[in-house]
Amino acid sequence: MSLLEMKGVVAGYGGAAILKGVDISIDAEGIGVIVGPNGAGKSTALKAVFGLLHVSEGSIEFDGRDVTNAAPESLVRMGLSFVPQEFNVFPTLTVEENLEMGAYIRRDDLRPALQSVYAMFPPLAGKRHQPAGELSGGQRQMVAIGRALMTEPRLLLLDEPTAGLSPRFLSEIFERIVAINKAGVGILMVEQNARQALAIAHKGFVLANGRNLFTDTGEALLANPEVAKAFLGG
Amino acid sequence: MQSGVWRNVFLFVCLAAFVLIIFRLLGTAYGVRMLVEASCYAILALGLTIQWGYAGLFNAGVMGFIAAAAFVTMFLTFPVNVAFWHSDGPALLARALGYLLVGAAATVLLARSRRWGVPGLLATPAAVVAAIITYIAVTNAVEPAAAHIVAASGFVGGLGLPVVLGWLAGAFVAGCLAWVIGRICLGLQSDYLAIATLGIAEIVKAVLKNEEWLTRGVLTVSPLPWPVPGPHELGFVLSRAAYLSLTAIIIVLIYVLLERAWHAPWGRMMRAIRDNATAAEAMGKDVNARRLEIFVLGNAIIGLGGAALVSFAGIFDPQSFTPLNHTFLIWVMVILGGAGNNLGAIFGALFVYCIWVMSEPAALFLFDAAGNWGQEVFGWEPSDLQSRALQMRVFVIGLTISLVLRFAPRGLIPEKVVRDE
Amino acid sequence: MSELVFFINYVVIGGVVISSVYAMGAIGVTLVFAILRFAHFAHADLMTAGAMFSLVLAVTFPGIDAATGLPAAFVLLPVAMALTAVLAIGLDRAFYRPLRLAGVRSVVLVMASIGVTLMLQGAIRLFAGIHARPLYVASRKDVYRIPVPFEGARDIVITEPQIMLVATITVAVIALHLFLTRTRIGKAMRAMSDNPDLARISGINSEHVVWATWIIGGALAAAAGTLLSLDVALKPDLSFNLLLPIFAAAIVGGVGKPYGALVGGFLVGFAESLAVFNWSILLRPITPLLPEWIEIPRQLAVVSTEYKIVVPFFILVAVLVWRPTGVFRGRIL
Repeated sequence: MSLLEMKGVVAGYGGAAILKGVDISIDAEGIGVIVGPNGAGKSTALKAVFGLLHVSEGSIEFDGRDVTNAAPESLVRMGLSFVPQEFNVFPTLTVEENLEMGAYIRRDDLRPALQSVYAMFPPLAGKRHQPAGELSGGQRQMVAIGRALMTEPRLLLLDEPTAGLSPRFLSEIFERIVAINKAGVGILMVEQNARQALAIAHKGFVLANGRNLFTDTGEALLANPEVAKAFLGG
Repeated sequence: MQSGVWRNVFLFVCLAAFVLIIFRLLGTAYGVRMLVEASCYAILALGLTIQWGYAGLFNAGVMGFIAAAAFVTMFLTFPVNVAFWHSDGPALLARALGYLLVGAAATVLLARSRRWGVPGLLATPAAVVAAIITYIAVTNAVEPAAAHIVAASGFVGGLGLPVVLGWLAGAFVAGCLAWVIGRICLGLQSDYLAIATLGIAEIVKAVLKNEEWLTRGVLTVSPLPWPVPGPHELGFVLSRAAYLSLTAIIIVLIYVLLERAWHAPWGRMMRAIRDNATAAEAMGKDVNARRLEIFVLGNAIIGLGGAALVSFAGIFDPQSFTPLNHTFLIWVMVILGGAGNNLGAIFGALFVYCIWVMSEPAALFLFDAAGNWGQEVFGWEPSDLQSRALQMRVFVIGLTISLVLRFAPRGLIPEKVVRDE
Repeated sequence: MSELVFFINYVVIGGVVISSVYAMGAIGVTLVFAILRFAHFAHADLMTAGAMFSLVLAVTFPGIDAATGLPAAFVLLPVAMALTAVLAIGLDRAFYRPLRLAGVRSVVLVMASIGVTLMLQGAIRLFAGIHARPLYVASRKDVYRIPVPFEGARDIVITEPQIMLVATITVAVIALHLFLTRTRIGKAMRAMSDNPDLARISGINSEHVVWATWIIGGALAAAAGTLLSLDVALKPDLSFNLLLPIFAAAIVGGVGKPYGALVGGFLVGFAESLAVFNWSILLRPITPLLPEWIEIPRQLAVVSTEYKIVVPFFILVAVLVWRPTGVFRGRIL
């Protein structure tokens, strides 16, 4: 049973449609990765799920319920979480306050959740009272992902989590993503570093020009010569 | 566009009917006077609507430009005060003016001296010091001059020049004032421009109110000369009608010029900037320079209308300038007429002004009736009913602005809907 | 010595008083800038409305003065603050929120706030007339004189409302700090100010934050308006003299930064007091020491009282031109 099911989604920013009919489905246990050239609509697909732009055709279902064009607040309550690519922390709030804001909809004790985030990202524990804007790029990314984990979501959407990070952080972030998935959170992420991302993916979606091009397991896509030739430059 | 044309015709016919009713009720002389004032407001509305509609600028200080232009007109057209020219006044003022010019030039030179290799750490403080010294010197020179002028001759008087020349000079000075303010404030966001213009208007009014040597302050200056023969020569109706023809010609001229410019390449560029400033800038258009042009032109037109309005009233009274009558009333006219819509601005001005004029006696009547009723029923004895009645008008203007914006917010953007995300 | 006391009375005490009023107004304005992203021109009229509510309450319950020894307007201030908060929320729902939902530019919201300003001004003057009234309805203002232990020196004068003002602003700032750093909604407010999109994505309810903004802004405005009117008198054109200074204070401090608004309020308030003060008074004692040809003019103020408004305006323009982000590096909108 799919956790998230996008069928024939057409969406854009008001003018021309960027997504022209995209199908993506992800189940609860796996890591899904969306790759493709620039302008293919990868980030747009995530934003369409999270209600950040208008879906004009097609449907999006989460856990069997229709969530097409639903408001972000309701999606968070249902167990969906989103980490944007840019501006993904509250710079003047401390690390701990950022995490607390991630759990805004929760009224119960946040300490267990905070503990598990600090366990997942040890460098943050020592900086919990520092403003997030003062951290390095890699640490900020950890705060961004940590914030999204505070609601203990069922599915985590990540928009280019390794963008702008140094190679050392790249592998570290991917390791953490795998760990998060093993802890029971489904992952759907958009990535530029296609090779490394597909290596950890259970399911891969290659998008181009707002449509699906290839859909298969990560391994199969990596082995596919057409995919390799066209899109796996990085 | 057939329906649009018929709609415009219909609206103007309704307006004409409304005006005719007023003529019947209040007499021809009063009616013509109202029309003249409305026509001046039409000029003001044209000047304001191009600022908002062509360049998206929120000018909350229209009052200041009107007052400045009116002052210039008064100074140029009022008869010469011989006593002033025979006293030491001109010499003392000339000295103060000299300090001002030299000091200002020195300040600007020092501020720009960085271009000639003077280190910034030296240039800026030097410019600031020069500005301070200029300020002290000028104020110390003006004070005795002012005291002497008031004692010896009342005030500086005027230059006795032709009225239309005075109006044009007023428009020019309003434009210059706009240039100075625009250079400083136009690079910033519209919210700030609104605050800055609001402040400037109050400062202009304060200066005109307090510098008695220049304007007689609260003692006012009257009578101001007309460009056409006055009531004592032609009678009320004819002289006012003559005035009206002059202002009507001005309206038509401005309207035609604006429409032609809007449909010319200049207008297309302005539209491109208005609809998408970032794209226009990327294409190399100097957005701020174009905005400055509109700001200066719009306020020059406002200056012209203000000069005509005050000359018609015949009296220069700094306290008569209020934000309500001279800024926000015009905004209501522009909003109702549709921003950037020149014909709409003219219509809005005429329509709103007629209602405004009618609202004063209507409000007084209402409050009088309510007061009498209240007295009979409750034994009220409310004081100062008159001034409170006039406050009703303030409330209604505010309500009009709020309601129009509430129910037609997109209606403010004339041709294209720009959704801000 | 007497001159120094004069200075203390007019500049130091007077400066603190007017600065506190500006600061409380500016904090409200800057919070609206931070959360709702527009210049709320009607804020000064909220201050007048708050003072009006206090007046009505004071007139309705005159017995409180005798019972508590404090003026009714001060005792019932929390009620007036609550009423003003409700008024602010009501105005937002009626006039600003629909425009927000329609996605208009912030300038249109500024226009709407001008419509609201005119309505408030008209309504207030309609009901209260245009003359000044004292806010001390059933008692008299207590004036405390602190004698200075110098021969022939005048007393330092502090009035009851001035003490109340300082006390109120101290409590208000501490309360605001605790609110912003210790409560869930307060942190959400800071989050929304930082990054409204991310706040939405995190599930923060923006409507709650908007309500909190108006409540704080309205309450502070009421406090400032009431306390100033207690010290001077309730003048219906109060807002006219407050609008430019509180905006100057908010912008000087950095748009969107409440602590900046506090600092800005004091900057503007003291700049005004210092600029309007007649410095020749302070120079009088040293006249005997100066050579005869130096004559100290009788009036030596930087600006005369009629031109007081130039001071905040000048500060405003100077900041906008040279350092638009203000002291605390806020947003440039």
